[in-house]
Amino acid sequence: MTFELSERVQTVPPSGIRRFFEIAEERDDVISLGVGEPDFSTPWAARDAAITSLEQGKTSYTANRGMRELRESIADYVADRFELGYDPDEEIIVTAGASEAVDLAFRAFVDPGDTVAIAQPAYISYEPGVIFAGGEVLSVPTTEEDDFRLTVEGLEQAGADEADMLVLCYPNNPTGAIMTEADLEPIAEFAREHDLLVLSDEIYAELTYDGNEHVSIATLEGMRERTIVFNGFSKAHAMTGLRLGYALGPAEAINAMNKIHQYTMLSAPTTAQHAALEALDSCENDVEAMVNEYDRRRQFVLSRFREIGMDVFEAKGAFYCFPEVPEGFTAEEFAEGILREQGVAVVPGDVFGEGGSGHLRVSYATGLDDLREALARIEAFVEDHT
Amino acid sequence: MSEREVLELLRENARYSTADIARMTGLDESEVETTIEELEAAGVVRGYQAVVDWDKLEDERVRAEVELNVTLDRETGYADIAERLARFPQVKALRLVSGDYDFDMEVEGDSIREVSQFISEKVAPVPEITQTVTHYVMTSYKENGIELGDGDDDERLSVSP
Ligand SMILES: Cc1ncc(COP(=O)(O)O)c(C=O)c1O
Repeated sequence: MTFELSERVQTVPPSGIRRFFEIAEERDDVISLGVGEPDFSTPWAARDAAITSLEQGKTSYTANRGMRELRESIADYVADRFELGYDPDEEIIVTAGASEAVDLAFRAFVDPGDTVAIAQPAYISYEPGVIFAGGEVLSVPTTEEDDFRLTVEGLEQAGADEADMLVLCYPNNPTGAIMTEADLEPIAEFAREHDLLVLSDEIYAELTYDGNEHVSIATLEGMRERTIVFNGFSKAHAMTGLRLGYALGPAEAINAMNKIHQYTMLSAPTTAQHAALEALDSCENDVEAMVNEYDRRRQFVLSRFREIGMDVFEAKGAFYCFPEVPEGFTAEEFAEGILREQGVAVVPGDVFGEGGSGHLRVSYATGLDDLREALARIEAFVEDHT
Repeated sequence: MSEREVLELLRENARYSTADIARMTGLDESEVETTIEELEAAGVVRGYQAVVDWDKLEDERVRAEVELNVTLDRETGYADIAERLARFPQVKALRLVSGDYDFDMEVEGDSIREVSQFISEKVAPVPEITQTVTHYVMTSYKENGIELGDGDDDERLSVSP
């Protein structure tokens, strides 16, 4: 038979990173700075807790919203780290990665025809998520002049006052931009004024550098009631493959998300929940060590790009930096060129939407030796072609 | 503070160039150079060595961990015995430890025969040494904080979201 694909599925183009992935796979000497996940293993204590839970046969479903004990730990953790106060019984849901939580939110709050404003460049899953839910995307570009922070002017210019929802992600994938409290205040005011629901993806919250503290928009006045916060264990706790994330929000919203979750996922992976519990309980030092190491690499990569003569945005969060490609290249051409000629994989900024063109996403979730070699190769490429 | 950062980087990889260390710490290259010189002069940094996985070489290299028990008399202290033992080039590490024995000594040689001979002919005869227990190293899994073997395959997708 031929499959009559749903319009929604047909509308979404194939992922822009797939082509680069395919070229990279053709050769075996590639140093990849194209990865969006930690190069560290999950802290041992968390892995050990996962193993122990398996040995004890803890392999059944948990409560739909996640183990009560884990939700309590999450509540304590977000209160402690980010001044976020949520009730573990009603206002927290544990999901299979932040990815699932984001998807649940789109499905719970987007009606066909609803408009979702997305601050771009943005993580590549938001736009398809909105489309799968039947909504329409309004892209709100951010620019390097504004340090890739979302501004009210940007929102106004894009017409976001008409939108139903706004998606934020700070620290940002792909730019590494952060937003301070002062940056967030006017955005919050705009959201209140225009009655926007805010979906705030804060999965990189722990990875904030240069003495900056992560601020959640949900902590600002009048925002808790209109914000869903996403976080998870993939990045700071190096648990990508364990697939564990969570959403925080008012009971009504979390209940709606849980309604979908209980029919589609039932509950997040049990083994991963045990690992996560331990990660929150005892892996603070491991997180700190990884963050320090990312910071060191960040300094290294930023300063190397400057030496090479490529303009690079001073990223202050996540594990990406976002240099500009030299004149005469599009980001695609540059990325394909360094991959084919020098065996270095990076992702062109265009795939992350408006505001990303002319830039590259360079991940430093890779050991220093490889970073050193990769930057030497990029330098050679730039010298050959300029 | 910067001293500590520089030390950590040198311990991680003593071959990082001063330029690399400067990039990673945000210090000037000249500051890094001075810091390292000062650390060397103060005897904090005592040397730079490679971490070797001998099992990867054809050449045999034999290592042993030796427990030593000593009895002290009025004239001889631990430091005297330590000084005497530390002079032997075969001794790679020597530590006074608490517990069931007094010294913990690492010895290296080209063959089991050579190591045994060294212990029986040079170490055991030291009058204060009452007992030696030799443990030959069969396989080493981690040295100086570095895991040996081939466990570092990166199985992540080369490009991912
Ligand atoms: C901004 C952002 N949100 C969510 C995710 C997905 O996280 P998870 O592994 O928890 O599904 C990623 C992964 O790259 C991300 O970069």
